[in-house]
Amino acid sequence: MSNAFRVDALGSVDRDKSLSFTFDGREYTGHPGDTLASALLANGVHHVATSIKYGRPRGIMTAGVEEPNALVQIEFPFPEPMLTATTVELYDGLVARGLSGQGRLSTRPDTARYDTVHAHCDVLVVGAGPAGLAAALTASRAGVRVVVVDELPSPGGSLPGTAPACEWVADVTDELSANSDVQLLRRTTAIGYYDDGLVLALEKRTDHLGAAAPAHVSRQRVWRIRARQVVFATGAYERPIAFDDNDRPGIMLAGSARTYLGRFGVLAGREVVVFTTNDSAYLAATELADAGARVRAVIDARSEVPAHWLDACAARGIEVRAGQAVSGTSGAERITGVRVGDEEIGCDLLLVSGGWNPAVALFSQARGTLRYDGVLGGFVPAGALDTVRTAGAARGVLGSAEVVSDGAEAALGALAALGKTAGEPVALPAVGDAPAGAPGAVLWQVPGSDDAQFVDLQRDQTVADVLRATGAGLTSVEHVKRYTTIGTAHDQGRTSGVLTSGIVAAALGVDIAELGTPRLRPPALPVAFAAFAGRNRGELFDPVRVTSLHRWHVEHGALFENVGQWKRPWYYPVGGETIEEAVLRECRAAREGVGMMDGSTLGKISVQGPDSGELLDRFYTNVMSSLKVGRVRYGVMCGVDGMVFDDGTVLRLAEEEFLVTTTTGNAAKVLDRMEEWLQTEWPDLRVRLTSVTEHWATIPLVGPRSRDVLALVAPTLDVSNAAFGFMTWQDTVVADVPARVARISFSGELAYEINVPAWYAHTVWEALYAAGGPFGITPYGTETMHVLRAEKAYPIIGQDTDGTITPQDLGMSWVVSGKKDEFVGRRSFDRAENRRADRKQLVGLLPVDERTLLPEGAQIIATETVPAPPVPMLGHITSSYRSDALGRTFALALLRGGTRRVGETLYVPLEGRTVAVTVTDPVLYDKEGTRRDG
Amino acid sequence: MQLIACPWCGEREEAEFHYGGQAHVPYPAKPADLDDEQWAQYVFFRDNPKGPFAERWMHAAGCRRWFDALRDTATHQFLSVHRMGEEPRA
Amino acid sequence: MTVDAPARFSPLADWQEAFGRLPAGFQVRELPFLTQLTLRVSADSPAAKAVESVLGIRLPSASRAELSEEVKALWLGPDEWLLVAPADTGAELVGRLRSAIGEEFATVTDVSAQRTVLSLRGGLTREILARGCALDLDPRVAPVGACYTTLLAQTGITLVVRAEAAASVWLLVRSSFAPYAAAWLVDAATEYGGGAG
Repeated sequence: MSNAFRVDALGSVDRDKSLSFTFDGREYTGHPGDTLASALLANGVHHVATSIKYGRPRGIMTAGVEEPNALVQIEFPFPEPMLTATTVELYDGLVARGLSGQGRLSTRPDTARYDTVHAHCDVLVVGAGPAGLAAALTASRAGVRVVVVDELPSPGGSLPGTAPACEWVADVTDELSANSDVQLLRRTTAIGYYDDGLVLALEKRTDHLGAAAPAHVSRQRVWRIRARQVVFATGAYERPIAFDDNDRPGIMLAGSARTYLGRFGVLAGREVVVFTTNDSAYLAATELADAGARVRAVIDARSEVPAHWLDACAARGIEVRAGQAVSGTSGAERITGVRVGDEEIGCDLLLVSGGWNPAVALFSQARGTLRYDGVLGGFVPAGALDTVRTAGAARGVLGSAEVVSDGAEAALGALAALGKTAGEPVALPAVGDAPAGAPGAVLWQVPGSDDAQFVDLQRDQTVADVLRATGAGLTSVEHVKRYTTIGTAHDQGRTSGVLTSGIVAAALGVDIAELGTPRLRPPALPVAFAAFAGRNRGELFDPVRVTSLHRWHVEHGALFENVGQWKRPWYYPVGGETIEEAVLRECRAAREGVGMMDGSTLGKISVQGPDSGELLDRFYTNVMSSLKVGRVRYGVMCGVDGMVFDDGTVLRLAEEEFLVTTTTGNAAKVLDRMEEWLQTEWPDLRVRLTSVTEHWATIPLVGPRSRDVLALVAPTLDVSNAAFGFMTWQDTVVADVPARVARISFSGELAYEINVPAWYAHTVWEALYAAGGPFGITPYGTETMHVLRAEKAYPIIGQDTDGTITPQDLGMSWVVSGKKDEFVGRRSFDRAENRRADRKQLVGLLPVDERTLLPEGAQIIATETVPAPPVPMLGHITSSYRSDALGRTFALALLRGGTRRVGETLYVPLEGRTVAVTVTDPVLYDKEGTRRDG
Repeated sequence: MQLIACPWCGEREEAEFHYGGQAHVPYPAKPADLDDEQWAQYVFFRDNPKGPFAERWMHAAGCRRWFDALRDTATHQFLSVHRMGEEPRA
Repeated sequence: MTVDAPARFSPLADWQEAFGRLPAGFQVRELPFLTQLTLRVSADSPAAKAVESVLGIRLPSASRAELSEEVKALWLGPDEWLLVAPADTGAELVGRLRSAIGEEFATVTDVSAQRTVLSLRGGLTREILARGCALDLDPRVAPVGACYTTLLAQTGITLVVRAEAAASVWLLVRSSFAPYAAAWLVDAATEYGGGAG
């Protein structure tokens, strides 16, 4: 019975080509242009899914995104859960199965590409139905920039498939396409309205190609469209009616049956009953009858039916029953009959129309207000906003000709708001005058069994569930939505929202106009996370910052540590070393021979101008203005709260020029903060700041043999201690490259920091590496750097500090000037809280067992056994390492009243045991500083 | 993604900006003269109105200038922006 | 006797091959080793006028670049410009500017290696940038000489429009972010048949 329900001469599918697909394990064929739903209906398949709560068979109720039932799982070409059969375009080889609510995500990586595009326009038109096309053409002719998005593969929307209508659509589309200022995006659904005219839309670019989709083209694309004016021509969704057993396969919204017939040439059933409250379903009745269906009856809830439709039905032998209602249905896998009063009418298709709900979700997201239209029985925009308007059925306007005029009208409004003059008016399509009609009746529910009347078919929620919510005292539709979950499924309550409002209003005896309808939040349809991620996956997930020496590190086997977005060499294992072995070796080299590292990530700020010294004095806790040209000073910066913010060295390059270095992680923050104070507090200071972080590569050369190595590569430099003392800098030439060398040590050893423009870093590094060869020069990474500095109790900002630690807490009162009246943070040092003797202070901890390595972050307590909670916590471990120089493990900790506890034994509770530790002065290596001059 | 009008660069997406808290909270001229309570007021306390609020913003990914803005905290709408040191527009 | 100049490497030296595979409509080239100086000076101050007379240009106003002379001036902020000059002219140019500024207040800092300059050319340039740049590069909005410091995907950039409809732009990016930017550009061009993908 392949395509037994396909009707000749209707629809726009390509009947010359057949597509094979598999659904629920059975093979079928369809045609290009089909959706999975239309192809299934063409094959007579209605039962496609199972309801999530009650396990009831469910069919295809609609022909679009509003579908609450027909959720399917795609299995091939790539597993994707919870798509609506009504929106899946058919392709050859598609394998799918019906779902009961949830589906299954793929367990293999998605190799498809996804991307994002920013677009800008004067007028964005959402929807390319008759209203949208008219709006777009009107805007286009005014010479403004236009973007049109439409969810279907081709424009036209709900316009009938008649020749004049098709011709009009083709003409409009051609004219739009010929204008380079118009972008017409097909298969693109607006998913949300955000601030300031930003509309996000999802374009499905290659989904419809199945396995044939080209790998280099993004499968889906998120458009970020910034529009000065937006016209929502989003149409309307047909509303179902609650009656007993209104959820069986074969029960379909009337307009959707017209779509299946007109667009796909599919007759959704042969024995048809129509149940309506309004004129629109008569189009379905007559069109299906004309296509060969036997329409048994039109059950019209209204007592009066327009003569035009009575005549049209009579001419086709269709019985019209006015003032009646369908009160129930029968059937198992498929509807077999309806109950009208006491009578049972046999059928295989029941078409329902309870009226039309304008699609106002996006307008509502734009903070547009809605009002209840008693004639429509739905909510319509109360009026246009300054930059957002609606047109056509989305505004409650019905009838093709009226809708087209309304679209043009909306565009004229947008043009006027933009101060643009309209061009030539848009011709109306020859769609014929709508017959004189009668208003629809508003019918939410046919009396019956509340628990068999489904409101939200996806959530399996019935009228009884709604009444349970109101019975529990809920009076807001937003609360009822959350209590019942109605409207929270993939379909966002497109068919259930207003119906729920109607039932709640009736139950509470309130006016639905006052009650309102739940707000529909973005995204308006389910969007894959991959689409939102776009290109930000894999190596582009987060920018990786690298230094100019990165390739060398990679080639020499470095493992890397993430420091912010930077990749820094962590350690360089040799011959299968563990990290522990490698770091001990690297530490030994730096302490006994010579090591080198890449310090290029340090922040560097050029501070210039006559008031540079004054500015630095205001930021640093010590005095910088007294620094002599040629010299270097270490400094600490605090916040106004007196807590350590950053530290680093300051080089005085000239009378009015300093070079400030910052920690890697705070480079941008320090510059931002200095700019902030300069711009907002001290604009009178004659100082300018320039970041030079990445201009300079920085190579610390560290260890007792560093002087020998430097002498070899900087032959013109007098490297003797007398000529080049500690905490001084010199401009010189290193490996034929102009360089700035400073004697700064972050390890306690004799050390030089060699700065060269980053382009030359590789050359200079290689020269140092070669010259250091005979001395066993050892490149080392951040782990070794951390061990070396911790042995000397040099704090790492952000590791040994956490924004609650003062310089005094770090044992660094010496860096706080007593001479300066004022610097940022000074006043806070005098706060009582910051003078308490039991503040947490930096100390050293030596595990009594010299091999035990304490985990960083571990807590410190006073007793060997953990007391009953609350356990008094004395502090925590901030740094913990194995030391080659000490021949044991050690740690730094922030300890309450720590400086007075030196010598005490305390305990660190770990999993199932406590570790005894001895509190010491934090400086554990070369306390006298004998090593810094080599 | 809201647009914020940088007084120098014009409208840019909000991701380009850093928030700087309440505007017009000057650093005290002589912090040493303040008692602990007054100093704590400066360091820790800020207004938090519902409605128009004078704030500082910085165009971090653009010209890196700080500027003042009047923003409605209930609607997020910027009522005005002006360059540092300029008077707010009426 | 001449000594070989020490070898130097630009941040995207390893990317030439990948750039070479890009489609004809999107040609990317690194312009390595250009001299770049940060000039910080109050607009219209005596120091600014001194700089202008050395360069033979007016310092451009907000969101503009002055591209007419050998030394290009890019507006970065109300008191900040980036001067871009031919390679290896930095020391000389800094000297000339500083001596012209004299006792007036302005700062000139050599930041040549802080950023690298990419030249992007071809009809696809604007379309590809739109995949990561939220700014409107329509010629009616961003004419030749437009200069924006903004974001491209997740990195900061300065963008200079050098030809109508952004068919030729300069993209300046911090050196440490340059490989990310290069990888992003190549990836964004994938669907046009070039790129690494």
